[in-house]
Amino acid sequence: MINFSYTRAGGVAEAVREKSKANGAGRFIAGGTNLVDLLKENVERPTRIIDITRLPLTTVEEGPNGGLRLGALVSNADTAYHPEVQKRYPALARAILAGASPQLRNMATNGGNLLQRTRCYYFYDVALPCNKRVPGSGCPAIDGQNRVCGVLGTSEACIATHPSDMCVALAALEAVIRVSGPNGERTIPIADFHRLPGSTPHLETTLAADEIITAIDLPKNPYAEHSVYTKVRDRASYAFALVSVAALLELDGDTIKSARLALGGVAHKPWRLPEAEARLVGKTATKENFLPVAEALMKGATGYGHNTFKIELGKRAVVRALQLAAKGTAAVRGVNGQVAAAESVA
Amino acid sequence: MTTTEYLGKPTSRVDGPAKVTGEAKYAAEFNVPNLAYGYIVSSGVTRGTIKSINAAEVEKIPGVLKVLTHENAPKTASLDRSHRDQLASTHGSPFRPLYQAELQHSLQPVALVVAETFEAARYAASLVQVEYEIAPHETDLHGSRAKAHPPKDSRTGYVPPPKKPRGTPEEAFEKAPFKVEAEYYQPAEHHNPMENFASTCVYGEDGKLTIYQKTQGVQNCQEYICSVFGLSKDEVQVISPFMGGGFGAGLRPTHELYLSVLAATALKRSVRVSMTRQQMFSFSHRPETIQDFKLAATPDGLLDSVTHTAIQESSRYEEFLETVVNWSGLVYTCPNVRLDHQLVYLDLASPADMRAPGAVTGLYGFECAIDELAYQAKLDPLAFRLKNYSEKDQNLDKLYSSKELREAYRQASEKFGWDQRPLDPRSTRRGSDLIGWGMATGCWEAMQGKAAAKAVLTPDGKLVVSSATSDIGTGTYTVMTMIAAEFSGVPIENVSFELGDSSMVYSPVEGGSWTVSSVGSAVKTVCEELKARLFKLAGKMDGAPLGDAKVEDVTFDQGEMRVTKNPVRNVTYAEALQANGLDKLELDTTELPQLVKQMTHGVYSHSAVFVEVAVDEDLGTIHVTRVVSAIAGGRILNPKTARSQIMGAIVWGISMALEEESMLDHQFGRFMNHNYAEYHVPVNADIHDIEVIFVPEHDDVVNPLGAKGLGEIGIVGVAAAVTNAVWHATGKRVRSLPVTLDKLL
Repeated sequence: MINFSYTRAGGVAEAVREKSKANGAGRFIAGGTNLVDLLKENVERPTRIIDITRLPLTTVEEGPNGGLRLGALVSNADTAYHPEVQKRYPALARAILAGASPQLRNMATNGGNLLQRTRCYYFYDVALPCNKRVPGSGCPAIDGQNRVCGVLGTSEACIATHPSDMCVALAALEAVIRVSGPNGERTIPIADFHRLPGSTPHLETTLAADEIITAIDLPKNPYAEHSVYTKVRDRASYAFALVSVAALLELDGDTIKSARLALGGVAHKPWRLPEAEARLVGKTATKENFLPVAEALMKGATGYGHNTFKIELGKRAVVRALQLAAKGTAAVRGVNGQVAAAESVA
Repeated sequence: MTTTEYLGKPTSRVDGPAKVTGEAKYAAEFNVPNLAYGYIVSSGVTRGTIKSINAAEVEKIPGVLKVLTHENAPKTASLDRSHRDQLASTHGSPFRPLYQAELQHSLQPVALVVAETFEAARYAASLVQVEYEIAPHETDLHGSRAKAHPPKDSRTGYVPPPKKPRGTPEEAFEKAPFKVEAEYYQPAEHHNPMENFASTCVYGEDGKLTIYQKTQGVQNCQEYICSVFGLSKDEVQVISPFMGGGFGAGLRPTHELYLSVLAATALKRSVRVSMTRQQMFSFSHRPETIQDFKLAATPDGLLDSVTHTAIQESSRYEEFLETVVNWSGLVYTCPNVRLDHQLVYLDLASPADMRAPGAVTGLYGFECAIDELAYQAKLDPLAFRLKNYSEKDQNLDKLYSSKELREAYRQASEKFGWDQRPLDPRSTRRGSDLIGWGMATGCWEAMQGKAAAKAVLTPDGKLVVSSATSDIGTGTYTVMTMIAAEFSGVPIENVSFELGDSSMVYSPVEGGSWTVSSVGSAVKTVCEELKARLFKLAGKMDGAPLGDAKVEDVTFDQGEMRVTKNPVRNVTYAEALQANGLDKLELDTTELPQLVKQMTHGVYSHSAVFVEVAVDEDLGTIHVTRVVSAIAGGRILNPKTARSQIMGAIVWGISMALEEESMLDHQFGRFMNHNYAEYHVPVNADIHDIEVIFVPEHDDVVNPLGAKGLGEIGIVGVAAAVTNAVWHATGKRVRSLPVTLDKLL
């Protein structure tokens, strides 16, 4: 951990100003659940830390057109347990509760969750090369221990994944990120918020260095009756997803009117393929109709050895999630949103 | 003479309140004035040479006192012999921190930054730059297995496999109708205790060192430091009252101890050095192991041939030796057996003993292969084991001192409902889950070592018993207090037990499930001697309160002696001391193992483990929904902590089966998942019903207490039982650990 200066911002404009002064070496701190770990490991070495916990971004409010606005500083736990989120955005509630631990969710904020950094082993080990940490140094994960790495949208420079559960649900819900910068406010659709690694894996989002996330807008959700978040992982809790799926269906009887699918654990950002979702429209909700969609979603996937299984697992998880979504949100009673042993499709 | 007042009764931990209130202090929590802090800089390279370190530059950083490297570190003893602790191999060259420019393994310490504050040391350490000349390394056991060779060295506790095969295993294998030929694999695993290793070395005004150290053996550390730094025992005191988990990682002196003493003696100042979580992956692990089996059975299901070869990694600088294959010649009756243990030297830190070392590895593979053979022979796995039940230790040709394994099988299988198990796999479903049942046998040695205990009784009726053992969280304080109360006749509330100080009377390291057996027996003896002395004191008292009663006519309890048949004749211990003008009654004794009895018997504890798993057929996720384990472990002294001990071991067995793996990157020769987020151990949600049964066993061979020790036996066999259950659920034999979901897709 290196020495840094600490400032507490009193308002959004002040926070933005303080960040601008740091020439890219500044970091906002809210819950600190990711940043402090990275500081201790010397992965993040900011010279200036700006505490934003006092900013007035702590409410969940009704949004325009029947949507909901989540303040950037609302904790993950308060978001997940908020009655309106539970009722209207159950996939989001479950995705959040599938992540981390109660202690972490109590501290972690919605804005911070969007900016979580990868858990790739090489990113965390400063003795080793990593293009994301030190651009141009190389990506040993490609030939190394890559069980946690991605299979979709990867590049020669980086095969890391985005670790968030919450963002996978946000992608399926087509959330909009509200940000504020020196030139005022703007909005970024979630699909454009995170980047693929390409040749610049150190650039993870489209947020400018002097911008701050103020809120997440959730559009009106027609999928609440058939929303699930299926997370497959190496232990039953407190593990990052090997593969996760947010599956949202709008049904008319057994017929699918529209569908949304987003995958976690497989790419540098939540993975969506609207054309695959479109193939479900007008079909009946059966395993036979889900399989080609699962195939389409994983099309072009590349395995790197230890993680090659994710390609097959991804397909199976998509089918499972769609089966569960078809059964209905209320029928799936996972423990804290995870796939419980009792949560069956037979 | 004495009734059982305490032993065998569930007793809460005497140190529980201290632990939950934070009063219990651990090695990194002992604060002294003017303490300096050392921060270890670890190597990013596996093999090669250090060309330069910018130590002088870093020393200019405010708050930094010294940057120690191989170039400027004070010299310590030159001979390897001086660096070998009690558990080192006999001829190895133990790792010496900051000793040479040549690197031996990744993450080894290459510098120690000592500063006025921990934060300054950590910050400065982040600025240390090491230039290396990199040389090729070898860390791939599979890739190097052609270099496997028999061990050349020896080590305390290591039993080499029998030199000659028993019978004719190859011939028997060739002609047998039922055969299994299989290779099993277990990755390296790290101990990962919650408490990181730490050493607070207090530099006294007289230059004497008082070291608060996380260790399983204070006297092993004291001897090591004296030997390495050329100090006498009265110059070095090692203290370790509490330990946040050891599991074997703290049996040998760890390198932060060496470094804290190095810095303290160099600076003539107190220094603390603690490891980071990443550095906890830098010094000891359960060795990666490949095991080959050839097993065969006769037409009527009798085990007829066992060939078991284990290939394990060792460091290059000293052989790590654990007993892996011998169990396969022991657990079942078999006329034809060949056992072979081989090593491959790799550029890794020396492995170390880790809970049930050797047995947990060997019996994982063997008990899975036995399951395969039973199915070949179309026999229920339990029926097969009963058919081949071992009535004597065939490796040593000795009868068992006691063995209630048959009863353990019976009680556990009944509780589990094993008789309902379909023979074939993939027979049971629950929703989208496949349900499977598996079982395995566990075995561990019941050892006793030399140990001493000291008793001090004061006129207020209070008894303090002590020995330089440790309590690694297993309940040593509690069980020793119980034993002392039981055999001294002092009420338990007036008894305390002290440990974890090298100045106390001799104790071996706490490990191998032998502390109750060794130290407990010494405590029993010293308390019995205490009673004899008290009886003599009573005889010298005016008025002879016990009359002409002989010692065998007297009851000792509630802190008093009284004539059993005439209780009005009595005297308290306190009165006996006071009347004789004593301000205390102090005695110590050294207890030696009952070698003659033990040498003529096979002395082991056993377990029968039954497991149910639910496997999601599509996703491969595995839940261990039920475990029943019956333990035949001799006399159970404290059923409460014993049950906790076994439950914890079962959880670890599940962990080994499904989650644990230290992932090596051979590009760098480095363990990559070096933190608690990525090195998986079970969370609460992974653990469901666990039932522990203790099967009564009488044994007067193992030690005077009849207790066999429970530290290891609970974990042995669990990984095999889980793996066998996964096969029964899915029909898929996964022959490598951990059984992760990708292996089932």
